Amino acid sequence: MPGERATDAESADVASADVATVATGATAATSRSRPGGGEGLALEARGLTLSWDGGAHVVAEDVSLALRPGEVACLVGKSGCGKTTILHALSGLARPLAGKVLLHGEDVTGVPGRVSYMLQKDLLLPNRRILDNVCLPLTIAGTPRAEARERALPLFERFGLAGTEGLWPSELSGGMRQRAAFLRTYLMGNDVALLDEPFSALDALTRVDLRSWYCDMATELGIASLVITHDVDEAVTMASRVYVLRGDPRSGVPSRVVAELAVPRPASGTSAAEFALTRDFLDCKRELLSLI
Amino acid sequence: MTTPSRTRKVLVPLLAVAALLALWQLVVTGGLIPNFLLPTPVQVVAALAGDLPLLAAHAATTLAEAALGLAIGCAVGFAFAVLMDRFDIIYLAFEPLVTLSQTIPTVAVAPLLVLWFGYGLAPKVVLIVLTTFFPVTVSLVGGFRSVDPDLIDLMRTMNATRWQVFWEVKLPAAAEQFFSGLRISATYAIVGAVIAEWLGGFSGLGVYMTRVRKSFSYDRMFAVIVLISALSLALMAGVDLLQRICMPWKRAERK
Repeated sequence: MPGERATDAESADVASADVATVATGATAATSRSRPGGGEGLALEARGLTLSWDGGAHVVAEDVSLALRPGEVACLVGKSGCGKTTILHALSGLARPLAGKVLLHGEDVTGVPGRVSYMLQKDLLLPNRRILDNVCLPLTIAGTPRAEARERALPLFERFGLAGTEGLWPSELSGGMRQRAAFLRTYLMGNDVALLDEPFSALDALTRVDLRSWYCDMATELGIASLVITHDVDEAVTMASRVYVLRGDPRSGVPSRVVAELAVPRPASGTSAAEFALTRDFLDCKRELLSLI
Repeated sequence: MTTPSRTRKVLVPLLAVAALLALWQLVVTGGLIPNFLLPTPVQVVAALAGDLPLLAAHAATTLAEAALGLAIGCAVGFAFAVLMDRFDIIYLAFEPLVTLSQTIPTVAVAPLLVLWFGYGLAPKVVLIVLTTFFPVTVSLVGGFRSVDPDLIDLMRTMNATRWQVFWEVKLPAAAEQFFSGLRISATYAIVGAVIAEWLGGFSGLGVYMTRVRKSFSYDRMFAVIVLISALSLALMAGVDLLQRICMPWKRAERK
């Protein structure tokens, strides 16, 4: 067992060296967090190797990621390159073949329920009203219903859900349903959130609104978020750092993190729409597109 | 095609039924079919009204058997479905058997049950249980298995227990299919009771049916058929009402 661990750490080091080499060409500044210095990180993945069917089919190799407290980072990659599998491992739903997941330095590999988790689908329960839907993580944890409602109610305003408390999910628009899902995710009570393409089921305008709303809110509430996306624009708009995942596991090429880019943030006062037209934004986008 | 208005939706089928009844009446009174073979609708209604107290007593027996059988059938079906969902081995073992059990004709089993359990309540209830548990089991298992695996993953990230996943996610997800199954079971229950009564018993609509058949009173035969249909419809309406009460969110979805 100790021998195994040493190998893991070693391969993680190699992986991060790879990242650094590729990323040196980037115009944007490269941030290098050394694996091993786990303190101060909200969530860290060290040298994860993942498979789809218990070992035979390796999806991703030597994936190392780090998420700092309160930041929004993105993991971009083409469809089918194993992004969701990585998220499953980070959330503890799946156990990696090798590697470790650390939450605030604590080993949580294969332990679900420690980080919040949200998907593209809102997955609201059709048989619960919105208030009781967002209370679900609290009632599951054993909080009495009345107390859970009391905690959730004051948050409806802040999440743009005022007035929807007593409605059924089917009575809400897609954007509002996703907001409710965000509130439910928040009430899971963790300071790390993993989001799997949370905006991709929404129409274009709602998506733009919700993206900036989410970033503001996550910053305000101090939630470190790792957002998975295949949309390079989304990554550059939302994240302060972007990890690029590349590979084709279906043809036998496991995915790897090939780059880690720091994204320039817009000057204060610049709207997301204006920022998307700046040179910084476009350079970063071009860089990502060439890497993906 | 435009959606028909509410009144049209009620009126058109009612008129069709009225037209058919009028045709029936004319065919018999006109002498095309001899009256001793086919009673007229008017005669059927008269028979129904004349025998009402007797029919009510027999119907009470049949309904009691149906209700008891349906309740036990539901409980057995529910237990089976939960076990099949919880343990894959039970699903694999019994899924074909459950289907197979439905290919055995009720009419063939009923005499055996009478031989084993006598002329009382027991053979009727057993027959109803045998015919009603199946739709309930199949619909519930289908409902449990229809749950989005992502939703179960989400519940796991909330540290939900197996019981919580069942209670919060699987049971509500299966509700709609369960009520479809229950609606079918409810009609089976009445028919099952009547068939069991044919083969022996002291009261019940099946017993009444056998007696009036032996005395060639076709008008009362038809009267009891009408009554059985009415009871089945009433039971189905009862299931619908129960569904509306249990699934209030469905009304919002239909809007």
